[in-house]
Amino acid sequence: MKLSSRHLLGLEGMSAEEITLILDTAESFREIIERPIKKVPTLRGVTVLNLFYEPSTRTRISFELAEKRLSADSINFSKSTSSVTKGESLKDTVKNIEALKIDMIVVRHASTGVPYFLTQCTASNIINAGDGRHEHPTQALLDMMTIRRKYGHLNGLRVVLVGDVKHSRVVRSNIWGLKAMGASVALCGPSTLLPYESERFGVDLYSNLDEAIDGADVVNIMRIQLERQQAGLFPSMREYTNLFGVTAERMKLLNKNHTIMHPGPMNRGVEITSEVADGESSVILEQVTNGQAIRMAVLYLLSGKKGEEA
Amino acid sequence: MTDIKGETVLNEKGISRAITRIAHEILEKNSGAETLVVIGIFRRGSDLAKRIADKIEQIEGIKVPVGLLDINLYRDDIHTKLDQPIIQRTQILFDVVDRNVILVDDVLYTGRTIRAALDAIIDFGRPRSIQLAVLIDRGHREYPIRPDYVGKNIPTAKTDRVAVRLNESDNEEFVIVDKSGTGKKAGQKESGPKTGTKGGKKK
Repeated sequence: MKLSSRHLLGLEGMSAEEITLILDTAESFREIIERPIKKVPTLRGVTVLNLFYEPSTRTRISFELAEKRLSADSINFSKSTSSVTKGESLKDTVKNIEALKIDMIVVRHASTGVPYFLTQCTASNIINAGDGRHEHPTQALLDMMTIRRKYGHLNGLRVVLVGDVKHSRVVRSNIWGLKAMGASVALCGPSTLLPYESERFGVDLYSNLDEAIDGADVVNIMRIQLERQQAGLFPSMREYTNLFGVTAERMKLLNKNHTIMHPGPMNRGVEITSEVADGESSVILEQVTNGQAIRMAVLYLLSGKKGEEA
Repeated sequence: MTDIKGETVLNEKGISRAITRIAHEILEKNSGAETLVVIGIFRRGSDLAKRIADKIEQIEGIKVPVGLLDINLYRDDIHTKLDQPIIQRTQILFDVVDRNVILVDDVLYTGRTIRAALDAIIDFGRPRSIQLAVLIDRGHREYPIRPDYVGKNIPTAKTDRVAVRLNESDNEEFVIVDKSGTGKKAGQKESGPKTGTKGGKKK
């Protein structure tokens, strides 16, 4: 079993076998990050460019550490301190950096499709670290790994994604990944923040949180972005918290052995209360740890496919 | 049942006797089992490691910790191979610092696997010593590696295929040498889909 592509652009269309391979490989890498010496020589000689056109804390640090722990050489690019501020195009920027002989590019960009665009104009392996509203595959993979570690499987679980699901790339990747692995997925949020066509995604839509989470196994809470609030997509933060905030009281509706997840950064007191975020069923920090293992697995699995057909 | 044809060089009894002798030699060399830990290289090496530890417990009455090591992340050919190995989990749930580590594998060939295993073990700490126990030494070393305990030395050609089958992993038990020269590839140790690696495991 191996991955069918030498790039990771998204989870849409990825088979359960490929996802399982990544999750299984990540379990092996999880062991490495628990060791006293958290480093293996596997990617020695491989150079990875972290091309972050959008701010990021968790994903960027997680990728950078994953690269270092596999002994790869990392180069960090940030838009604000680069020639992009002088008007250089994305393609020229990447071509110039690639001329310094890099092997893989981890890219985050505010525009959908940038990772795919890079596959067309560079020879490097491309890993999508979040593009516009499209996908954030490694986040969904780490979410799936966290759920699988708790329940031992994903098949048959009921997972509810709550919040601004319409604009969330994390949600999109989660939908494709979870459904491929046999979980049932429901989306919940204000109707202005739900996607138009649930049929395309094959998920249930809810505008009532209590109905959505009734009997659910996993609730994955998405961040409410302040810019959405200013765009008038819901009346006020206070109203949002009252209707969609996940509280300890509401958690009683969930299955007894339930799990609370959040990709971060959290707005405590808005979409999640501190009591829930720090509670026994919260696996939010576990998600961060698993993220590093997932990124190590993806880097490892794609590194062996240089030069193969996409 | 196996599809490999050739001369059986060790049967179930022979393997058992070899393990018993190796366990005695280990105890003699280390003056007992107090400082020992046993680490087997995935997959058949770890099966053998458990058997050696069990034998030591039978003889000495001391339970020796057993670890499992996947060396694929330490290979020197990981980017030159067409197929990447599937990474298995390493389980060394004890401290190796200041212990005498008995490293166990099924077949010793070029020494490259053992080189990788030495790197991996050292990443877990600084053992007092690392000693190497193998069921079969088939020669053709490419690195300066010498085993401390050998079940059986078998002179082979590079084109020969050495197949080790153990009950724990294969539900059958023997060592066969196929001298037909029709092995998968010259210089490649036999391995089937059950080994968890792709494209064979070069020793």
